[in-house]
Amino acid sequence: MGDLNLAQVSEQYYDVLKELGNIGAGNAMTALSQMLNCKIDMRVPKVELLEFSQVGEAVGGDEQIMVGVFLGVEGDITGSMLFLAEVSSAKHLIDKIMPGMTQPGNEFSEMELSAMQEIGNIITGAYLNSLATITNLTIFPSPPALTVDMAAAIMSVPAIEFGIYGDNILLIQSQFFDEVEIDGYFVLVPDIESYERILSSLGISV
Amino acid sequence: MGEVIKVGMADLKTCCPPNTVTTLGLGSCVGVAIRDTSNKVGGLAHVMLPDSTAIKNSQTNIAKFADTGIVELVRQMEELGAVRRRMVAKIAGGAMMFSMQSKSSAMQVGERNAQAVKDKLKELGIPILAEDTGLNYGRTVIFDPETGDFVIKTAGKGEKVI
Repeated sequence: MGDLNLAQVSEQYYDVLKELGNIGAGNAMTALSQMLNCKIDMRVPKVELLEFSQVGEAVGGDEQIMVGVFLGVEGDITGSMLFLAEVSSAKHLIDKIMPGMTQPGNEFSEMELSAMQEIGNIITGAYLNSLATITNLTIFPSPPALTVDMAAAIMSVPAIEFGIYGDNILLIQSQFFDEVEIDGYFVLVPDIESYERILSSLGISV
Repeated sequence: MGEVIKVGMADLKTCCPPNTVTTLGLGSCVGVAIRDTSNKVGGLAHVMLPDSTAIKNSQTNIAKFADTGIVELVRQMEELGAVRRRMVAKIAGGAMMFSMQSKSSAMQVGERNAQAVKDKLKELGIPILAEDTGLNYGRTVIFDPETGDFVIKTAGKGEKVI
């Protein structure tokens, strides 16, 4: 236990994580479309193993202002999870909940932040729920925290957690769209023991 | 105008005038800028974690840690002619990006990073002239080894020079 190196695991392992990401993101979008009462399509998520220096660019640029929703995970799987969306995407989602209440620009009002937190809560909750169902493991998410800041600064939080185990970070990018295209990113950071638990619950040996 | 050398996450670079060195979007990581006040050889390290010895797996990237990263930056600067006793430092970053209810050690990594950087610089006898650490927002930094100016830019929290 604890010797897992993300850079050395098999193709099969990535296929599994990719599929979990796909299902998780799919469930998250279903929950979102029910909440917003509109049809949302999504592309097959991209799963990438990135070096730390690439994480900012991978989500649209190191200094790109983004909204991050971060929460801790406890239960059989421990760790943390981040949902990241561009400001324009976040504003679009908020406008769906509170039509005409969003203000232009990079600034968010208290109301907008509160609405975004709720959206993040629903998206990440659905994502984790589907993961729990597939693996038959219990997962308890903590209440989410939200920030609006530079992409690289937000990504430093999960990157540091991955940094304990190696020099790469696993990023799941899911693009979804209704009338406009929305870019969302999920970063699930299970503790290394949890990775093995997820895989073994699916009958896969690392 | 010189070149702007970019330092990525868990990376370090040396820099001589007229060039400047930058790292974008420091969050809980800490940017450590060091220069020789006499011959103006400088450098910037972007450290992610406080302590390489606390990690059991063999680690290849020494720039990632405060302890090994700073030692390596100083070594590379000395290769370019910098002298330890003439070196001074400025540091920035180490924010807590998300305020969680549970104050786990993972959430306080920014604070621990900043402390580890200060401890290591003290051990090496390199004085810290200025710092902008902690709080809850990201920082982009640009270091000019000629003047020692350390420019700190934020998203919506203004810009300053320390």
